[in-house]
Amino acid sequence: MNQLALSDEILLSIDKPARYIGNEVNMIRKNPEDVSIRFAMCFPDVYEIGMSHLGIQILYDMFNKRDDVYCERVYSPWPDLHKIMKEQDISLFTLETQSPVKQMDFLGITIQYEMCYTNILQILDLSHIPFMATERTEDDPLVIGGGPCTYNPEPLADFFDLFYIGEGETQYDALFDLYNTMKAQGKNRQEFLREAAKLPGIYVPSLYEVTYQEDGTIASFQPKYPDIPTTIRKEIQMDVTDTTYPHKPLVPFIKATQDRVVLEIQRGCIRGCRFCQAGMIYRPVRERDVNMLKECAHDMLESTGHEEISLSSLSSSDYSQLPELINYLIDQKGNGVNISLPSLRIDAFSLDVMSKVQDIRKSSLTFAPEAGSQRLRNVINKGLTEEVILHGAGLAFEGGWQKVKLYFMLGLPTETEEDMKEIPRLGDKIARRYYEIPKEQRNGKCQITMSTSFFVPKPFTPFQWAPMCEKDEYLRRAKIVNTEMKEQLNRKSLKYNWHEADVTVLEGVLARGDRKIGQVLLKAYEKGCIFDSWSEFFDNDKWMEVFDECGISIAFYNLRTRSTDEILPWDFIDCGVTKSFLKREWERAQQEVVTPNCRMQCNACGAARFGGGVCLEHQN
Amino acid sequence: MNIRIKFKKYGVMKFIGHLDIMRYFQKCMRRAHIDIAYSEGFSPHQIMSFAAPLGVGITSDGEYLDIEVNSTLSSKESIDALNQVMVDGISILEYKKLPDMAKTSMSLVAAADYLVYIKDNYTNPFTLKELEEQMHAFYQQPEILITKKTKKSERVIDLKPFIYDMKAVEYNGKPAFFLKVCTGSSSNIKPELVIEEFYRFCEIPFEPLAFQIHRQEVYVSSEEIPVKGEHERAEYAEKLSLMKKEYAEKGLEFPAFFTLGELGEDIL
Ligand code: SF4
Repeated sequence: MNQLALSDEILLSIDKPARYIGNEVNMIRKNPEDVSIRFAMCFPDVYEIGMSHLGIQILYDMFNKRDDVYCERVYSPWPDLHKIMKEQDISLFTLETQSPVKQMDFLGITIQYEMCYTNILQILDLSHIPFMATERTEDDPLVIGGGPCTYNPEPLADFFDLFYIGEGETQYDALFDLYNTMKAQGKNRQEFLREAAKLPGIYVPSLYEVTYQEDGTIASFQPKYPDIPTTIRKEIQMDVTDTTYPHKPLVPFIKATQDRVVLEIQRGCIRGCRFCQAGMIYRPVRERDVNMLKECAHDMLESTGHEEISLSSLSSSDYSQLPELINYLIDQKGNGVNISLPSLRIDAFSLDVMSKVQDIRKSSLTFAPEAGSQRLRNVINKGLTEEVILHGAGLAFEGGWQKVKLYFMLGLPTETEEDMKEIPRLGDKIARRYYEIPKEQRNGKCQITMSTSFFVPKPFTPFQWAPMCEKDEYLRRAKIVNTEMKEQLNRKSLKYNWHEADVTVLEGVLARGDRKIGQVLLKAYEKGCIFDSWSEFFDNDKWMEVFDECGISIAFYNLRTRSTDEILPWDFIDCGVTKSFLKREWERAQQEVVTPNCRMQCNACGAARFGGGVCLEHQN
Repeated sequence: MNIRIKFKKYGVMKFIGHLDIMRYFQKCMRRAHIDIAYSEGFSPHQIMSFAAPLGVGITSDGEYLDIEVNSTLSSKESIDALNQVMVDGISILEYKKLPDMAKTSMSLVAAADYLVYIKDNYTNPFTLKELEEQMHAFYQQPEILITKKTKKSERVIDLKPFIYDMKAVEYNGKPAFFLKVCTGSSSNIKPELVIEEFYRFCEIPFEPLAFQIHRQEVYVSSEEIPVKGEHERAEYAEKLSLMKKEYAEKGLEFPAFFTLGELGEDIL
């Protein structure tokens, strides 16, 4: 058994020491002496969240299948330990061998949401790795970023040696092979990065130069050398059946956010909601074969001992072999296996399934209309109509359900006061549908919970050019919803929740920021900002101070309607979907015209060039 | 059928708390294909209970959990199957069938043995001889009064009746403490409480982190009838009096405690 990096004294004085000791079921053990590449895979948030992430489990398994690589894990030390590590100058370490991260060849960081950016700096700081990629030496690991936020890596460009744009399954082998070869040839860090930059999907920010116009927008974005590519095309695993998938995922001791087997049934989404980044960057939709999924489900339940399995995808109802898969899983229920089915559309089929796998009285129905009015739903291309919602809710109420959760966004492009007021009105209509059921046949009151989040425009969506609102405006809109709710007939059955708006404003800047945002991140971290996605740690005043000190205007990033001619910081990435398609969708949004989904009709978004997935269905 | 499992917990697993150990074992049962019984209802759970929760930081050679199974392999096969799916730091020592109608170990626990030693990076204030003498003097006191503070009140209790045995031992060539103390749901004495009081008695500052506490065994009182049901109780009582007679005939003192494991039998 390994010597732990932290002493008993420290481990017994902090919350949840299990976060830092490794040793979990299915942890990979190797002798570091036997490999040529040591890789620290980091999820820059607390262990329980990081351990729940499927992408890391896939890469952890895939990397460790190579005999010459040992992939270990790192998560963000919670603020209690952070303080101790700073005070006692303890180096951040990997869980598997408890070795300093600094000793690794690579530090891979998955970047899933903007509010973890300061945690990335925390990881570098505690690992004793210089923040700035340009200041690193041969003694430092190569810091590589991946995940959805790398579709606009620019705010983080200074801190990473390289980024991997797209799905991890395809190019890591080539990257590792290149590393081995160049290491054997005695080549240095710079020489390696220069070669790595030529691999598909790899972006080395230090090899590119950005110039700005006087108004702050980008004038040019160019590689510094002729042999470095001008655009980086995202990597994509087209065959998602004949590919790597972990059959023995790690099982944490402490309860993780996902304390269950996660089965990714497909990648991408056919729907094309205009606010949704995942729906664009993971195009085209690719389904896994149902037999592969059955085998994976079986093996993972067997190797983990989990009593629950969850299907993961952006829209599970669109998976063509869903009934067969679900019936297989329901048969497993005999072995005490529970099934959780997020992202199902409510219809007769899903209600039937849900009645078999959940306790109806306790569970609630979830709808995500995202906008209150049909007009605005057309703008965002959310093909969910009021009739469909009321019909689904009606079926469910008759089947015994009483609780409904509705998710909306405020601040969507073109939103009017009328659109906002439609949110509680829709809630009320659902409640009325419930009270149509004769009193003797229903169980007391229904409970309709409406939640709103504030819309943040993301790169590579048709709304990437859209303006955001100021903080007070967001809160004013939430108030309008709340006031209107109190006017409703069934107000006693309605409940409304909304979020704070501070984080939204910041998320907006980070999501569409450019390289100038790097200094803001660094200063914020130096002032003590970490775990910004945790409301108990988020300190908006500090952030606002930093923007002031750096002379960076939030309005520039958030309040402008960007011109479609502007060079956007992420334009050098080719995510498959073309800019002309996004422009077309942006115009159609303003005309309130709906675009059919990929199964109904191909809209020539550009992703067909990957030669697979849903795009091929149209060829027969 | 009821099964009592004995396991040891060591190494880094001492940092995993009781609730997480319970969840860990639930998953182990599934991985090892133990045919464990589930409760009725919409969300069935495994029928499983632990004898005495172990605090974070404490290691043990004598942890017990009881499960109900529908069918089972032999003790040896089951121990092997479970050990196949254990992590470093937990190993299964026993897997025994309990009499029908057995009471759960949780309701039976009466005492536990602890070895308490000073960790390598701390200095040991005693030689073995000094420790022996001091402990003797400590235990000779007519009463050992301590103040127990709870959120609401403070009360003085006498520790002495709850300390069943206390002696100096040698561990890794260094003096250490052996304690047998009252354990269980009604009154539970934490070993560190006794050591703290002993240090106060010796007028030496007490540093809780200097000690590694190691539980060695968990016991039931030999006077306890560990089964439910009128018939079963009568049968056990008879067996007990026979045992007592045997001891008496051999001129041996009847033990005050049995280990929890002794109440079960190996499955062949
Ligand atoms: S090319 Fe057509 S079918 Fe393929 S993802 Fe784009 S819109 Fe959908």
